[in-house]
Amino acid sequence: MLLQILLPLAEALPASDPELMAEEAPRLEIGQHFYWHLGQFDLHGQIFLSSWILIGALLSIVVVGTRQMGRKPGGLQNLLEFLWDYIRNLSRDQIGEAAYRDWMPFIGTLFLFIFFCNWGGALVPWRLVRLPSGELGPPTADINTTVAMALLVSLSYFYAGLSRKGLRYFEYYVEPTPIMLPFKIVEDFTKPLSLSFRLFGNIMADELTVSVLVLLLPLLVPLPMMLLGLFTSAIQALIFATLAAYYIGEAVHEEHA
Amino acid sequence: MICWFPLAEAPVPEGGLFDFDATLPLMAIQVVVLTFILNKLFFQPVGGVVEEREGFVATSHKDAKERLAQVQRLEQDLKAQLQQARQEAQAVIAAAEDEVATLHKAALAEARAEANQQRERERAEIETQRSAAGAVLAEESRRLADLIIQRLVAI
Repeated sequence: MLLQILLPLAEALPASDPELMAEEAPRLEIGQHFYWHLGQFDLHGQIFLSSWILIGALLSIVVVGTRQMGRKPGGLQNLLEFLWDYIRNLSRDQIGEAAYRDWMPFIGTLFLFIFFCNWGGALVPWRLVRLPSGELGPPTADINTTVAMALLVSLSYFYAGLSRKGLRYFEYYVEPTPIMLPFKIVEDFTKPLSLSFRLFGNIMADELTVSVLVLLLPLLVPLPMMLLGLFTSAIQALIFATLAAYYIGEAVHEEHA
Repeated sequence: MICWFPLAEAPVPEGGLFDFDATLPLMAIQVVVLTFILNKLFFQPVGGVVEEREGFVATSHKDAKERLAQVQRLEQDLKAQLQQARQEAQAVIAAAEDEVATLHKAALAEARAEANQQRERERAEIETQRSAAGAVLAEESRRLADLIIQRLVAI
């Protein structure tokens, strides 16, 4: 639907001004992927390339920051400790004192990975690298990435609940009354759906808006939208991590504890 | 154009926004692997440092509190001792004052008694001297009277 609206628009706009139709004229590339073929499977290469670059950046910050850690923090250690503290508070608030330690790395990884993908996608000038088809961009603007993470969250909260409470976990479905059963079952499907589509939609929409604005008026006008995009990107990372922690916390929550 | 990857000859898929393919499981694996890597490189070491520091701060705080309590106890002790010493000094002073007062009274009484005694003695002596002088005067006046009588008789 969106494609049907936007692609003709993208093709129509530069064509209306033939002098701008140089080889370097901006194009709107939606839903085009740089395919890798692994045996009989297809992969979105641009997603992996940009995610490897961003993971590399994340890991290098972590490695450099944790090289010389002392009791008195300085430089990057401050930043890392701030992040660690932030993630600990987030997971402790949502999951609870008893179980947050097991899940903090997962929640933190989700937060950091999504945050780096979102901001990296917005701040790194990916367009400078040209691919045969498609373009580099935030990995979180691809539905595969967000669904993968949302499904991981689903698996995590099932695992968290089952490993902590055993089969008693399923009492959760009939609490406080058995009337809740169908709703709770539907919830198990809507949780990953909403998680993945919220993130994907926000990042994709930001990319699209900025792209269209750049296409129409390349100077200054897209800047407020880009700033707004940075803001929503950070918020989306926080929301994803908070909701993931909340779902896990819900699964490990003891009613009478 | 740079050749990014040895691309196998295969039909290029249609594409699209909602194009699910093997990217999904591979990305999931990638995130899980990243979780383990970050746990080893970030969460464990940073958590260790932060928790070590929190422990250090907590024990230092407890230590300081204990020391403060000890100082307060010692201060209380010293104050009590000071109070006691003051009271003792007060008692000593009072006793000394009492003693001085009794000594003073005794000395005064003794001196007064001695003075009285002396006065009595003096008075007695004066009395004897006066009576002696009286006797001498009486003798003299009798002799003069006799003399007068003799003279009158002789006339």
